[in-house]
Amino acid sequence: MSQPSALSTNGLSRRKFMAGTVSAAAAAPLLASRAEATAPAAAQPKLRQPVITSLRINKQAYELSLDARTSLLDALRDHIGLTGTKKGCDHGQCGACTVLVDGKRVLSCLSFAVMNDGKDVTTIEGLASTDGKLHPMQQAFIDHDAFQCGYCTPGQIMSGIGCVNEGHAESENDIREYMSGNICRCAAYPNIVAAILQARGETKGA
Amino acid sequence: MRPFVYEQPTDISTAVAIASRFATDDDQPTRANAQFIAGGTNLADYMKLGVAEPNHLLDLNQLKEAALRQIQVTDGGIRFGALVRMGEAADHAEVNRRYPVIADSLRLAASGQIRNMASLAGNVLQRTRCEYFRETSWQCNKRVPGSGCAAMDGFNRQHAVLGVSDACIATYHGDFAQALIALDAVVHAEGGHGARKIPFAKLHRQPRDTPHVETDLAAEEIITAIEVPAIPWARRSLYLKIRDRESYAFALASAAVALDLDGETVREARIALGGVATVPWRAGAAEEALQGKKLDEASAGAAADAAFAGAHPRQHNAFKIELGKRTLVRALLETRDMKV
Ligand SMILES: Cc1cc2nc3c(=O)[nH]c(=O)nc-3n(C[C@H](O)[C@H](O)[C@H](O)COP(=O)(O)OP(=O)(O)OC[C@H]3O[C@@H](n4cnc5c(N)ncnc54)[C@H](O)[C@@H]3O)c2cc1C
Ligand code: SF4
Ligand code: FES
Ligand code: FES
Repeated sequence: MSQPSALSTNGLSRRKFMAGTVSAAAAAPLLASRAEATAPAAAQPKLRQPVITSLRINKQAYELSLDARTSLLDALRDHIGLTGTKKGCDHGQCGACTVLVDGKRVLSCLSFAVMNDGKDVTTIEGLASTDGKLHPMQQAFIDHDAFQCGYCTPGQIMSGIGCVNEGHAESENDIREYMSGNICRCAAYPNIVAAILQARGETKGA
Repeated sequence: MRPFVYEQPTDISTAVAIASRFATDDDQPTRANAQFIAGGTNLADYMKLGVAEPNHLLDLNQLKEAALRQIQVTDGGIRFGALVRMGEAADHAEVNRRYPVIADSLRLAASGQIRNMASLAGNVLQRTRCEYFRETSWQCNKRVPGSGCAAMDGFNRQHAVLGVSDACIATYHGDFAQALIALDAVVHAEGGHGARKIPFAKLHRQPRDTPHVETDLAAEEIITAIEVPAIPWARRSLYLKIRDRESYAFALASAAVALDLDGETVREARIALGGVATVPWRAGAAEEALQGKKLDEASAGAAADAAFAGAHPRQHNAFKIELGKRTLVRALLETRDMKV
């Protein structure tokens, strides 16, 4: 007889459990009303005063009260509970934290969240359509087994979409060069290139 | 990270005024209370590491002056707004046509994501990646003046062999700057004393005994544009970058070359070297050595010898002299053979 695991007995996967604690903790900084939010910011800004930041993430509006030092990556993961975007190096060297800002791929670890006020952010959670159909790039990564541990994968997929939309996925060499900002410790590189080649046509402009 | 007040000035003069308010007379931009941020790919990194500690962070991205975001092509050359992103300039058709060396230097730098974020002014002002500078527990004259230099007798494989001093041997790692110095670019800046133009070759300072003085800029001065003069023969130009891996790495050695040829004879050569010097490095002696000569393996080799005549290696970086010479020879011959 199989033993139920500790996590499945209370009906929660580890992933859901982690995400749950994060969004509960994030409830405080998520602000209720814009009026309440803008009042302090209008005055002369002071040290250690939270900064009100509006972000549109995966087409949903968020209003956050943040320590100005918070990176976009930490805002996504720790304040909003979107943990799909990964923290690898936290210093711009690995690409795991790649998201799209106003359609362009950037590193969320090197961007202060407050600098993205009013911008449109797309994370890995925002790619699949509401009916659960995966984005062609996500499907291609599955079809080509383009990962092993999966840690770099959200960043690879976001970067792959950016790479195609920038027009730099014309050849395999092009893809290798223009995807070099995404390190894969499991070295799934050949499969990643194959996945991007497959998704290229369907991704353009998507 | 030290806490900071975040501000978004909406025009250049306001940004200068705010920065002036917090600056003392001989304040260095990198040590000032108020510092500018553009892409943040260098500054945010150094703030996280505790190397940069501004109390006020002035975000330049809301400045309303449109020219800051434009690449203007004129008969007289090309003018890059300070906030143009690396990726945009690298992909620009006229930049590629007129100055391949510029497009190459940007395309071969950093990664797709970083090139989308990083501004051209921020790029030329990027600070060294010296490991001992990055980690605050080491002695470093650039980070803490007078504290010593842990790189001198440390693991200095990445360090410079040209333009070094007894106080600092940190490499200037940028690529774009090598193309700019070779092409005699001019930097436009606006500060408390108004607007001025700085020849690109005067923007960076060699370390000498004050390695914490990195540029000619005052603390409140903003770079507004970088202008490259018309050089019709710069269509025969390229940037060759040699690294530990094929992509997404800083140069161990690089060469920016532009050639004006009369058949195989050199009318004028422009040469700059990256990865080997403490500042963007124009190799004037190599240019002179080539002038009026037939460009072949022998004359290119002689030029490379001239370029590295004053090199000072330390324990782990002597290989850069040979690597730098071979890089330059290859770059010269490849430029000669370009179909333009
Ligand atoms: C992993 C990694 C790899 C990299 N590889 C390369 C490479 O191979 N080649 C290469 O050349 N670079 C490389 N870089 C460096 C990168 O190109 C620079 O970080 C970037 O160009 C800096 O531009 P920014 O706009 O992000 O600057 P910021 O970080 O915003 O600013 C940098 C500095 O410039 C100042 N500044 C910015 N704009 C202005 C202005 N208009 N006026 C006055 N001061 C200003 C800031 O105060 C700060 O001191 C790499 C970086 C990383 C993280
Ligand atoms: S080489 Fe320069 S930057 Fe590096 S530790 Fe020495 S003084 Fe500091
Ligand atoms: S976590 Fe941002 S690049 Fe590594
Ligand atoms: S799949 Fe493991 S790091 Fe890329």
